[in-house]
Amino acid sequence: MSSGIECGVVLFESTSAALKAEKEAVKTGLKVKLIPVPRALNSGCGFCLRFDWQDIEKIRGLLISRELKFEGIHKLKWPPN
Amino acid sequence: MIYLDNAATSFPKPEGVALAMNRFMTSVGANPGRSGHRLSLEAARAIFDAREKVADLFGAGGPLRVIFCLNATEALNLAIRGLLRPGDHVIASSMEHNSVMRPLRRLEAEGVELSIARCSSEGILDPSDVRKLVRGNTAMIVITHASNVTGSILPVAEIGRLARENGILSLVDAAQTGGCYPIDIETDCIDLLAFSGHKGLFGPQGTGGLVAGARVDTNSLAPLKTGGTGSRSEYETQPDFLPDKYESGTPNTVGIAGLGAGLEFVLGEGIGRIREHEKALTKRLLSGLADIPAITVYGERNPERQTATVSFNIRGIDSSEAAMRLDEEYEIMCRPGLHCSPAAHRTIGAFPGGTIRFSMSYMNSREEIDCAVHAVADIAGGAGGAGK
Repeated sequence: MSSGIECGVVLFESTSAALKAEKEAVKTGLKVKLIPVPRALNSGCGFCLRFDWQDIEKIRGLLISRELKFEGIHKLKWPPN
Repeated sequence: MIYLDNAATSFPKPEGVALAMNRFMTSVGANPGRSGHRLSLEAARAIFDAREKVADLFGAGGPLRVIFCLNATEALNLAIRGLLRPGDHVIASSMEHNSVMRPLRRLEAEGVELSIARCSSEGILDPSDVRKLVRGNTAMIVITHASNVTGSILPVAEIGRLARENGILSLVDAAQTGGCYPIDIETDCIDLLAFSGHKGLFGPQGTGGLVAGARVDTNSLAPLKTGGTGSRSEYETQPDFLPDKYESGTPNTVGIAGLGAGLEFVLGEGIGRIREHEKALTKRLLSGLADIPAITVYGERNPERQTATVSFNIRGIDSSEAAMRLDEEYEIMCRPGLHCSPAAHRTIGAFPGGTIRFSMSYMNSREEIDCAVHAVADIAGGAGGAGK
């Protein structure tokens, strides 16, 4: 992703849940990446799933349709400063 | 050298297993999911991949319902100790391994009621004998999928249906069948499946696990241990979700990486093919042994209804002496004695002397079985007619 773009992160309760969501997203053709959780956000596990904010509805749809349990979705600037 | 002790642990392993472990030790090495860096992520992926493969193989409702443990024994302890409370009633078969009997006997001393469903001297369990033991407070039925002594396959699906009709959980010890016999926790009505990683799944020792079916309420399944999980680090209380609730402490990541490669081998070959080869070996061994006078073979002696494990005795020779001679004179590795299963040996009438056990795997060849039959015939002093 280019610098300064708007992106989102999905937070999960466990690394296993984050890895599962990543696989499902990649299968659907979404551009995502597992990254360490930004310090400003409180999360259950060390990783969160970063995505392009323009894909927010697709991500939300995927989380619901695949019954992927998540803790929250946050919008942020990437890279954070 | 002929290795016929695969019911204890499989050997040799597919080549990919040691390669995956070596790759993990030399180029990954990190603590899975703890730290957020790329190696930590890669270690977590190795575990997640193995989790997915276990879920695929056993028809689990997704990778998160696979809990990794040190071995099948730990998985059985988790299910038994984690779910049963004083005042509960539990039913087990008379073919169980001590990995089931010892946790049950310990709980019995703490106020859990225990009934044993008797199997025939051939190791056959009649589901109606289990039905007769069901009470109002029966919380669980534990049965082994296949005996580690005779290889006898127990009717897990019938028992599972019986359990469901009565609102009871079924726990199946699949240490002897995982990777060698078809298992689907839905069609077999299994609520909790304990598996070994280092037998039919060809992983290294120190791997195994528990698959928790949809009917298992994790609120009532207590963990055996609590501690760090890499999740919910801000809380001093244990996470309440799968699989983290039951996987505290740094796992055996290198072992699980190897297990992933073992699972890949099993899924690649296919259970059908593995089962056919093992059946052919079993048939060959059984017919070879049947031709030797002075041999008693235990169990049903039917390759269709057993795993590739065969127990027998040579009249007049102690099982451990015979095993020692097989090792020293013929380089055949097998296991004599009671195989940690005194209950099963009592059931088949081989207690306390035990039996000689030949347990084969997909890696064994027909020629090896023929050699083993000849060796037994030699020792029995009844050479001639042995081998095909």
